[in-house]
Amino acid sequence: MKSVILTTATRYLMPMLLLLSAFLLFRGHNLPGGGFIGGLVAAGTFILHNFAFGVEETRRLLRINPLVITAVGLLTAMGSGVVGLLAGNPFMTGHWITIPLGKGQGLHIGTPVTFDIGVYLVVIGATLTIILSLAEGE
Amino acid sequence: MNTLLVLPILIPLATAVACLLAWRSRTIQRIIGVSGAVGLLTTALILLTTVWREGVIASQLGNWPAPFGITLAADLLSAIMTVLGSLMGFSVIIYSLGSIDRRREAYGYYPFFHLLLMGVNGVFLTGDLFNLYVWFEVMLMSSFVLLALGGEKPQLEGAIKYVTLNLISSAFFLTALGILYGMAGTLNMADLAVLAKEAKYPGVATTLSMLFLVAFGIKSALFPLFFWLPASYHTPPVPVSAIFAGLLTKVGVYTLLRVFTLLFIQNPGYTHTLILALAGLTMVTGVLGAMSHNEFRRILSFHIISQVGYMVMGLGLFTPLAVAGSIFYIIHHIIVKTNLFLVSGVAHRLQGSFELDKLGGLSHKAPALTVVFVISAFSLAGIPPLSGFWAKYVLVLNSLQIESYLIAATALLVSLLTLFSMAKIWAGAFWGEAPSDNEPGRIEPSPPDLLTKVALYAPMFLLAGLTLTIGLMTEPFMALAVRAADQLMNPAPYIQAVLESRP
Repeated sequence: MKSVILTTATRYLMPMLLLLSAFLLFRGHNLPGGGFIGGLVAAGTFILHNFAFGVEETRRLLRINPLVITAVGLLTAMGSGVVGLLAGNPFMTGHWITIPLGKGQGLHIGTPVTFDIGVYLVVIGATLTIILSLAEGE
Repeated sequence: MNTLLVLPILIPLATAVACLLAWRSRTIQRIIGVSGAVGLLTTALILLTTVWREGVIASQLGNWPAPFGITLAADLLSAIMTVLGSLMGFSVIIYSLGSIDRRREAYGYYPFFHLLLMGVNGVFLTGDLFNLYVWFEVMLMSSFVLLALGGEKPQLEGAIKYVTLNLISSAFFLTALGILYGMAGTLNMADLAVLAKEAKYPGVATTLSMLFLVAFGIKSALFPLFFWLPASYHTPPVPVSAIFAGLLTKVGVYTLLRVFTLLFIQNPGYTHTLILALAGLTMVTGVLGAMSHNEFRRILSFHIISQVGYMVMGLGLFTPLAVAGSIFYIIHHIIVKTNLFLVSGVAHRLQGSFELDKLGGLSHKAPALTVVFVISAFSLAGIPPLSGFWAKYVLVLNSLQIESYLIAATALLVSLLTLFSMAKIWAGAFWGEAPSDNEPGRIEPSPPDLLTKVALYAPMFLLAGLTLTIGLMTEPFMALAVRAADQLMNPAPYIQAVLESRP
């Protein structure tokens, strides 16, 4: 059963929701937000797509198995903790580098951000694994 | 130090992630799973030798100083438990190669097995009570999955009981944590230990300790909170029951040991006497439950309960020697109990049943299995010179020394009853008449091929050999337990190591 209203709205909503999720993810560095909530919004986007177009379409859109997303997320989060170890500090110690962008400007990036990106991916992966399996079971 | 303390948690996590990435290939998952377990065991042994040589070590995660950040700390007890946990992980994963079915392997047996090990090691190594709660949850989540994996009806029935009661326990734990934080303003165990010595309201501390006792009592299956255990442990596949039996309740006992030697020592006349009484009741009810059953794994499950009584008994007596006895008992018990569950799996494989009256004649059919069973079962019952004898000897001796005659008598009586129910398994499964082949409803057993046989028997021989070694060369193991108990009874070095460790 496909609803025209839902499918049309989804086409417009998806990019905006994904943008919102990325915004929440990066805002979480110093303000309310973060990987968990951002991941939920992103997962919600794909769940909306699933309602509008069906499971198979969503799987095709994702291209990769959500489990792999979970694993990559875990790996990212773990890796950002290990950076501290490699530098001779305790696990999870924060480290920052500045990527120069020219004209004296630079992108200040650190392990807390990569950790949050890991969380973001884990939340997307885990939520989608659960929801898509449930949707397939119907 | 920093790396060594984190590795027992990181290795299982990395292994689990690698297994997830290799989701489609059973063979690769098996290889990764086994090598992860080997790596974990090696690290744990290094950790133990380091702690033995250098005393308590600590690491402040994220480089935040002690009472504010999360602390990882290992004293001897933590290190011993980590080694035991990793050793069981290693043995059981080898055993799984020969016994877990394809469907379970395909749906994430190996990743969740390693996540379980990660949770268990986290509990042992953390120095922060809230972090302890988090690790408990990690462990429980993975155990829920392992318990329900496969989705057979009895499994799900067991899982529902297990999940419900463990969630109740977690709720108690969290409530107690909230109150404690409100009172003390910190959840770092070393910091709390300092505050505990000068507690302004010892009455409140005692009340709070009861909340912790209930929470950890459910986890460690103390009387009267044990009923989730016999309801669920006989339902999942054998390797899963074996790792649960070896580790999960002992995690509860470990936390009891930790909390009631470090934090709640204001009123031992009340709290520790109560623990002692619970220990006695746990022993008796457990062994009576075991005697009334005729199914291999149910008998073993009830024995876990009665044995937990012994482990907690040392804590209740609260003398250095008794606590050493408890620790020695944990070492002995984890090895023996896991092994007995592994034996039950092979018995099932050979005869197609867990019921004692359908298992008869195993001593002719599988002499090697019989040897392993005899060593483990008689060790469990406490026959000299096996490891269980020394464990019980120390506990009973100490209770006589401090004139707790009632608990000594209970311990001896329960020991006798344990022997009786082990003899029942012996008589039913190993000595008894072989069942007739044309019985209705009998599942045709599948004799394992050579490679499977190696995977099944190698871990059993390893564990039985360890039991024998501990029994015949008790000295070094006892020295280890005594030193670990000394560290528990005199926590000053632990507190110092945690609060003053600077990266």
